[in-house]
Amino acid sequence: MRSIRWLLTKDLRILMRSPLTTAVLIAYPVVVALLIGFAFSRGSDKPTVAVFNQVPADEQVQIGNQKLGTVLGQRELSDRVKVLKVSSRDEAERKVRDGDALAALVIPRDAVAKAESQLGQSQVELLVNEEDPVKGRFVDDTIASAVAAENRRLSRALIRENLQYLQLLLKGGTVNVLGNDFTVLGLRRIGAITRAAKRELPRRSAVRRQLDQVIRFNSLAQQNFDLGARALTAASEPIKVQKQIVSGTRVPLTSFAAALAVAISMMFVTVSLASGSLALERAENAFSRLVRGPVSRAGLLGEKVLLAGLAGLVVTLLMVLVLSGFVALEWDRFHLWLVALLVAGLAFGAFGTALGAVARDASAASLLAFTVLLPLVFCALVPSGVVSHWLYDLTRAVSAVFPFKPALDAVNAAFYGDGALLGPLLHLLALAGAFAIAARVAVTRFQ
Amino acid sequence: MRTDGPPLLQAVELRKSYGGREALRGVSFEAREGELVACIGPNGAGKTTLLTILANIQAPDSGTLSAAGTMGWVPQQPALYGKLTVSENLRLFARLDRVEDVEEAVARMLAQSGLEDRADEQVARLSGGNRQRVNVAIGLLGAPAVLLLDEPSTALDPRQRERLWEFIGALATQGTTVVYSTHVVSEAERHASRVLVLADGERLFWGTPAELEETVSSDGDFEGAFVAFLRQRGH
Repeated sequence: MRSIRWLLTKDLRILMRSPLTTAVLIAYPVVVALLIGFAFSRGSDKPTVAVFNQVPADEQVQIGNQKLGTVLGQRELSDRVKVLKVSSRDEAERKVRDGDALAALVIPRDAVAKAESQLGQSQVELLVNEEDPVKGRFVDDTIASAVAAENRRLSRALIRENLQYLQLLLKGGTVNVLGNDFTVLGLRRIGAITRAAKRELPRRSAVRRQLDQVIRFNSLAQQNFDLGARALTAASEPIKVQKQIVSGTRVPLTSFAAALAVAISMMFVTVSLASGSLALERAENAFSRLVRGPVSRAGLLGEKVLLAGLAGLVVTLLMVLVLSGFVALEWDRFHLWLVALLVAGLAFGAFGTALGAVARDASAASLLAFTVLLPLVFCALVPSGVVSHWLYDLTRAVSAVFPFKPALDAVNAAFYGDGALLGPLLHLLALAGAFAIAARVAVTRFQ
Repeated sequence: MRTDGPPLLQAVELRKSYGGREALRGVSFEAREGELVACIGPNGAGKTTLLTILANIQAPDSGTLSAAGTMGWVPQQPALYGKLTVSENLRLFARLDRVEDVEEAVARMLAQSGLEDRADEQVARLSGGNRQRVNVAIGLLGAPAVLLLDEPSTALDPRQRERLWEFIGALATQGTTVVYSTHVVSEAERHASRVLVLADGERLFWGTPAELEETVSSDGDFEGAFVAFLRQRGH
C-alpha cells in the first residue's frame, strides 16, 4: 500500500509539472460547466416569436358569463415560446427576416368578435423563416401546439356555456335575454307537474293515458339530456393523455444535460489520464524497473485506476460547483454524488488502463481513447424508435459493456433520485473488475 | 576482477520461448563476487531476454536461477521520470525498494555518481551520459550484491562511456558482481573477467576473453576473433 502512495505522489508531482495538462484538466470542466450554464440561462428550449396583436388590449373574450382574456393570451404562448411584442405586421416580418425571431404571429382585429360569435373562424397569420428545415419544423410544431391549446380553451368555454343551457332545460331556472329575465320550467318540474295532474284524473280518463305518454317522453328526454351533457364534456377533449414513464429518465431536460456533461467530462478526464499515465510508464522505460520487485503489475494498474478515479472525482466536483450557479442541485444528496462519481471514476479508470495497456505509447493511448469514447457516448444516447430494432439492441448491448451508460444512470440517480443507485453502481463495479482483468492480461507483454 | 570463490549468481539450463520461437535454449553460467561478466552476441541472440530473466522481470519456461543477495537492475534505456529531479528519482526508487535509510542512500548515490551538484535538476534536462549515471545509480540504491546492466553504454559518446566503465569498475573492486550485455565487443575484452557468447538463444562460449581468442586462429583483435568464432559456429 505504501508503494501505491509513493507512486500516486510521483504521478501527482509529474502532473503538476505538466502545466498544459494541468491547465486542461482544470479548465476543461470549468469551461464545459460555464457553457452549459449559459446555455440553460438563455432558455434556449423556447423559440422567440414576434407577436403583432391587433386586438385592443382591453378587449377580451367573453362567452356567457365566462371571461377568457385575450385571444392567444400570454399564458398559452409564453408556456411555449418567448414572446416578442411588435407594433406592426412589417416589424413582425422584419424580425423574422433578421433572425431576431424564429416566427411571427399576426392576430387579426376581429379575433375576439369571431371567437364570441361562435359563427365564424378567426384567422391568425403565421410568418416563418424556412431557411433551416429543423427550425421550420420546430416552429410549426410549437405554434400548432399553442393554437391547439387556445382552440381547446375556447371550445371548453363554449361547451361549458352550452352545458348551462342544457342544465336550464333540464332543471329549469331564469335566463336573461337582451336584458329581460325569463323563467324556464325545466323537464324535471314538467315531469312533477304532469305526474301530479295524472293523479287528479279518473283511472279510465282518456286524458290520463295521454298524460302517461307525456310523462314517458319527459322521462326519456331527461335521461338523454344527462347523456348529452356527458357527451358534450367528452367532446371538449375526446382524447386525454395520461403520461406514464415505463423506462428512461424522468429528470428535466436541463438537469439531464447537466448529468450528461458531468458523465462525459468524467469519462474523458479519467480515461485519458489512466491510459496516458500507464503509457507514460512505458515511454519513460520505468515499467520494467517498477514491476521487477517494488510494485506488482496489478499494483501498478491499481495505482493508475486510483489516480484517474480521484482526479476524475475532483474535476467533476469542480464542474458541479460551477454548474450549481446555473442549475438547481440537491446538496443534501452530496454523499450519494461522491459515491456515484468515485465508482464511475474507478470504472472509467480501469477502462483507461485497459486502453493504455493496448496502446504502444502515450500519444497512441490518447488517440485510442478519443476514437473509442465518442462512439460510446453516441451509442448510449440513441433513443428507442429512431433506429431499427436490431440496431437499437446493438447500441444497448455496446453501452452495457462500457462504463458510460451506467455512469450516466448513476449520476442521474445520485443527483436527482432518478431510479435506484445500487444497480448502476454494481454494473460499474463489475465493469471495473472486467477491465482491470483485461488490462492485467494486456500488460503481461510489457517489458 | 575475480574468478575464484563461490558463485553469487548461478543460472542453470534457462529456457524461454515466445510463441514458437526459442529465445533461450538451455543457457547456463555463473558469476562470483566482484566479477564482471559480459554477455555478447549478435542482435536477437537472447541477451536482453537472459538479463530480464535474471532481473526477475520475466520468468523462464524452465531452468533454475539462484542468487545469493539482492540484485540491482539497469535497463538499456534510462528508466527515469524526466519531470522529476535527480534526487526525486533516487528517493522514489529508494522508497519503492524499501531501502532503510532513504536519505543516506540518495546522498551516497549522488556522491558515487558524481551528480551532487545536479541533484535538483530535472532529469529531462540532463545529458545522455548523466542520465545513464542516474540510471545506474538507481540500480545500486539497495546496495545489491549483483548488478545487472543491459547494454549500459548504448547512446553514450566515448568520453561518457569511459567514465561509465570507470564507475562500474570501481563497483566491482568494492565487491559488487556485475553482469552486463553489450554489442560493443571491445567492452567485453577490456572489462569482463568472463564472457558469455549467445547466438539464437544458444550458449556458444563461456570463459575468459583470452580463451575465446584461443579458440580461433585470428591475427586480428578480439573483435576479429569474435566474428571468426561466430562464423566458425555457423552464425
